[in-house]
Amino acid sequence: MKRTLVPILAALAAVGLVYTLWGVFVVTPMDIELFFSQKIFYYHVPNWFVLFTAVVVAGISSLLYLKKRAPRYDDVATAAAELAVLFGAMGLITGSIWARAAWNAWWVWEPRLVTSLLIWLIMVGYVLVRRFGGTGAERLAAGLAVFGMVDIPLIYVGVNQGDRHPQAKVVKQLDEGTMKLFFWLSVLTYFLIFAALLLTRIQAIRAERELRVIHERGLDAGLLES
Amino acid sequence: MPSSRTSIIGSRTSADAGTGRTTVPVPILRHAAAVAWKDLRVELRSREIVYTTGFFACLLVVIFSFTFSRNEAVVVASTPGMLWVAIAFAGTVALARAFDREREGDTMRALLLSPAPRLAVFFGKTLGITVLVLAVAAVVVPLLVLLLQSPLFYQPLPLVIALALGAFGFALVGSVFAAMLLRVRSRDVLLPVVLYPILVPLFIAGTKATAEMLPPVPNLDAAWYWIQFLGVYDAVFLGISLWTFESLVIE
Repeated sequence: MKRTLVPILAALAAVGLVYTLWGVFVVTPMDIELFFSQKIFYYHVPNWFVLFTAVVVAGISSLLYLKKRAPRYDDVATAAAELAVLFGAMGLITGSIWARAAWNAWWVWEPRLVTSLLIWLIMVGYVLVRRFGGTGAERLAAGLAVFGMVDIPLIYVGVNQGDRHPQAKVVKQLDEGTMKLFFWLSVLTYFLIFAALLLTRIQAIRAERELRVIHERGLDAGLLES
Repeated sequence: MPSSRTSIIGSRTSADAGTGRTTVPVPILRHAAAVAWKDLRVELRSREIVYTTGFFACLLVVIFSFTFSRNEAVVVASTPGMLWVAIAFAGTVALARAFDREREGDTMRALLLSPAPRLAVFFGKTLGITVLVLAVAAVVVPLLVLLLQSPLFYQPLPLVIALALGAFGFALVGSVFAAMLLRVRSRDVLLPVVLYPILVPLFIAGTKATAEMLPPVPNLDAAWYWIQFLGVYDAVFLGISLWTFESLVIE
């Protein structure tokens, strides 16, 4: 079951991408205010959904790792954090492109953008700690993920009460039926991609870790030369 | 010797050194106060961290005075931000130095072997760092008032409360991460990397609270709202630190 799960998810995601691509450009109507540039909405917003999901997955599995000390939770947390950095970066880049097209500014200090940026920065910190922290870094990274997850509502409230950029526009609610349909299909597709990547990455991290453990045992037994 | 020291500190479960649980909560505060007083006494004798980070904070204020515009109104409006940035940078340096000192003297092991529960050791360090950060603030605020004509003292009580809550929150989160970093490589640069994103709400609240206190018309309702936010922030992270502490900093 495990071997076929990832290819199935990937195949479904590919179908979803093709279908939404067709749907977005052929079926959905043109937005009244923003015209063609609104179409990036279908590919920009799902990034944030996946970012927040990945952060929560990383936070919860880090908490489980700290409480139960089983390395498999640490694998899940690492994979989820890396994907959070990836999808967050895509969200920030697509967001900048859209901001330039819609508001004529590459970056706007709007509350939700800033919240997402800060959460993304926490996840970048996590990846840096794991990469450059050496052997003692798992607990630090896990603590960072847990603290980061707890911090999300505080960041949101703090940033929201702050100054709003004068040009910031709230993303319009979708009113057309087909827009809603293809938006949620796009969200589903992104989650399928996230699931496929997550499972693959977890397998890779677990294999690396097990290899490291066996290598240590071989060194201890004197069977290997370091 | 150990038994007399135990009775001075007042632990009633001296055999319980490893598990870190005492049957009565009061000794934890007393242990924490003992550790904090130890830190402050070491600091008072050498005054190393106070002098070096205090001077660092002064230099920061000087640099800030050059890097912002020549327009005096703009500079005065930026002084709350300058105060909290100075706290952030100088506080991080003080935090790193305080924990480095433990590692250099190898006193961390001695502290952990003592009958004090680990949570008390952690709280003691947090209290020590809070005092150091408040000392930094006590240097920076008068400097800003004197050099940049900043009206930070217009409402002294909210300012002091905001600084106290902000310093405690900074010390709490900072001590957790600095303690975890003791065994990690690239310690110096990773401390700000992991600390600042988590602390952003604290700095937003501190800056906004301080800014709302300034003349011509201080908005005290908004200032107290942000001070309450600081209180909530401290409470949330106190709770999460207590809950995950054993698993995070266990040797």
